[in-house]
Amino acid sequence: MAHNTRTQHELTRQQAGPYLGVLTLVLGLVLLVLGFGLSVAVGATDISLKTVWDAVFHYNSALTSHQIIQEVRLPRAIGGALVGAMLAVSGAMMQGMTRNPLADPSIMGVTDGSALALAIAFAFFPGLSYFSQMLLSFVGAGLGVVLVFGVGALAKGNLTPVKLALAGVAIAALLHSLSSGIAIHYEVAQGMSFFYAGGLVGVNWTSIKLLLPIFIIGMILAFILARAMTVLTLGESVAKGLGQRTGLIKGFGMLTILLLTGAAVSVAGTIGFIGLVIPHITRFIVGVDYRWNIPCSAVVGGLLLVFADIGSRLINPPFETPVGAITAFIGVPIFLYLTRRVGRGL
Amino acid sequence: MRKILTLRRHPLLVMGVLFFLLIIAFLICLNTGVAKLTVTEAIRTLAGMGSDKDNLILFEFRLPRMVIALLVGAGLAVSGAVLQAITKNEMADPGILGINAGAGLAVILFIFFAHSSLTDIGTLSVYLMPVFALLGAILAATLIYIFAWKRGITPVRLVLVGIGVNAAFNAIIIIFQVKMNPEDFMQATIWLSGSIWGADWRFVLGILPWIILLIPVVLIKYRSLNVMNMGDKIATGLGVKVEKERMILLLLSVALAGACVAVAGNIAFLGLAVPHLARKLVGAEHQVTIPTAALLGALVLLLADMVSKNLMAPSEIPVGLVVSVIAAPYFIYLLMRSN
Repeated sequence: MAHNTRTQHELTRQQAGPYLGVLTLVLGLVLLVLGFGLSVAVGATDISLKTVWDAVFHYNSALTSHQIIQEVRLPRAIGGALVGAMLAVSGAMMQGMTRNPLADPSIMGVTDGSALALAIAFAFFPGLSYFSQMLLSFVGAGLGVVLVFGVGALAKGNLTPVKLALAGVAIAALLHSLSSGIAIHYEVAQGMSFFYAGGLVGVNWTSIKLLLPIFIIGMILAFILARAMTVLTLGESVAKGLGQRTGLIKGFGMLTILLLTGAAVSVAGTIGFIGLVIPHITRFIVGVDYRWNIPCSAVVGGLLLVFADIGSRLINPPFETPVGAITAFIGVPIFLYLTRRVGRGL
Repeated sequence: MRKILTLRRHPLLVMGVLFFLLIIAFLICLNTGVAKLTVTEAIRTLAGMGSDKDNLILFEFRLPRMVIALLVGAGLAVSGAVLQAITKNEMADPGILGINAGAGLAVILFIFFAHSSLTDIGTLSVYLMPVFALLGAILAATLIYIFAWKRGITPVRLVLVGIGVNAAFNAIIIIFQVKMNPEDFMQATIWLSGSIWGADWRFVLGILPWIILLIPVVLIKYRSLNVMNMGDKIATGLGVKVEKERMILLLLSVALAGACVAVAGNIAFLGLAVPHLARKLVGAEHQVTIPTAALLGALVLLLADMVSKNLMAPSEIPVGLVVSVIAAPYFIYLLMRSN
């Protein structure tokens, strides 16, 4: 599909990768710091940027505004950046591995798997600790992926991208209907609504502590796999011909995706479109070299979610608009533009 | 495989068997429920010789709901079959393309602004709702068409754009949903999962004209569907005005989906899975695929609605969820067997 048919245009773009990549990373990080500041300053109580600076570097626990910043706003901003980066990187890896430009954790049964696990947790074991919820979310996400790939692998003939996508849609629908059935029957639907809409409301230092190690491990794994991923986008037979152990690479790739998505979903619910759109944007900027694509996806993904989260607090104060809706509003136009742009080959 | 191949040569037999199954399912549905009726009681009541209580149960509660299930099932299945043929994509379905979401959004907006609550719906609204749903569905389809148009439409781009439009509409729905009070939120959640909620004769009258008018029109167009299924170039070579026909057929499919969403919410997967099964049974010649899909869709939704009413009685599970739980494993099975 789109990025498999390498045009001359894209090849030259790939050469330009390092410069544009460095530029994207630097610019992205600068904007991210700005976003952090804004994210901490904006909300139900407006706080000036100077107070934000003071709260971080000269913390005074006697001031309410400093407390709000330290306990509520700061973890939320950090959580947004981490979750956005995790979703974007797992989207990029999924698109590379399945050679499907529309692959995205939410299509592949990952998010619906963890939603089912959480629905069961809410319905039958209310009052579970944060840590157990996250663990369950992992188990669910793993179940979703195993089902999708299991069905794809058991199918007759080769595991084509189309077949995998169809399996993903079917499994996701099945898991989704089971979880909403449970949620509606046991009347935990509204408790779970944050999950379906996605949001960073619940993020605190405890969730950051759980999220950070997984973020670091996942990102390191993704960097190690990056070069192999680039080769894999050429097609499995080419990769094999070049001496790659594709099975091993795919296995570790799957593990990375599971870690990143499972953790992100358990903290922030199903935030759509980041995993789908960000890799397309970065591929447009730095090309298909995954050594550049993965760090750029991480930065741009974090950036998008931090700003979408600011938007979710600004649109209808003092209420919060689900952040998943905002990422969709930002993501859909870009997605439509991309489908038209790459449309020539389709 | 050989069995299926021989079946393909006898589409009338398949349709006959399906019709027979539909009648049996209809009779079973008539006498299952919280209040039990025997077969003879049910038939006697149908013939107009039942007791008052039986009359009430059958004519006011059970029959309208069953008729709606039949109509919606047929409508969604045909809508899906048409979409799959004109986009040449096996994943096409009014749900995936955002047409259902467009209709859903229109209905949610209508109720949000015209009524304070989802549970109290006036008679005029019942007739207006399919119209609004249709407007929403047409809006979604128009957006898809505009964004996918670039010196003509390619099937793949149509589907990709549809996925994007679907996400956008769902985002807007979520925004309105979180503004509702808890009761309405629950109602909206159930409705969006697909549920035959308004089960009285007014709703039957609201949807009936759409279904009985539009399905025959689709049937008349079977030649275009057959030819388009072979691909745009062949179709053009055979003298079909591809773009014009595709637009007409898309509109028909959208109208069917819109009317169905208005009365039964967003029932996913029916429009995707049933046409697959129909093609498996009778092949991809649409003069037989369309009626087979209609019969199958009606049968599946009737049975699913029966399950959703009775599985956890007296509380109900949205029928859309039951459809997914039944249809998704079947779809996966098809996927595993196909080469």
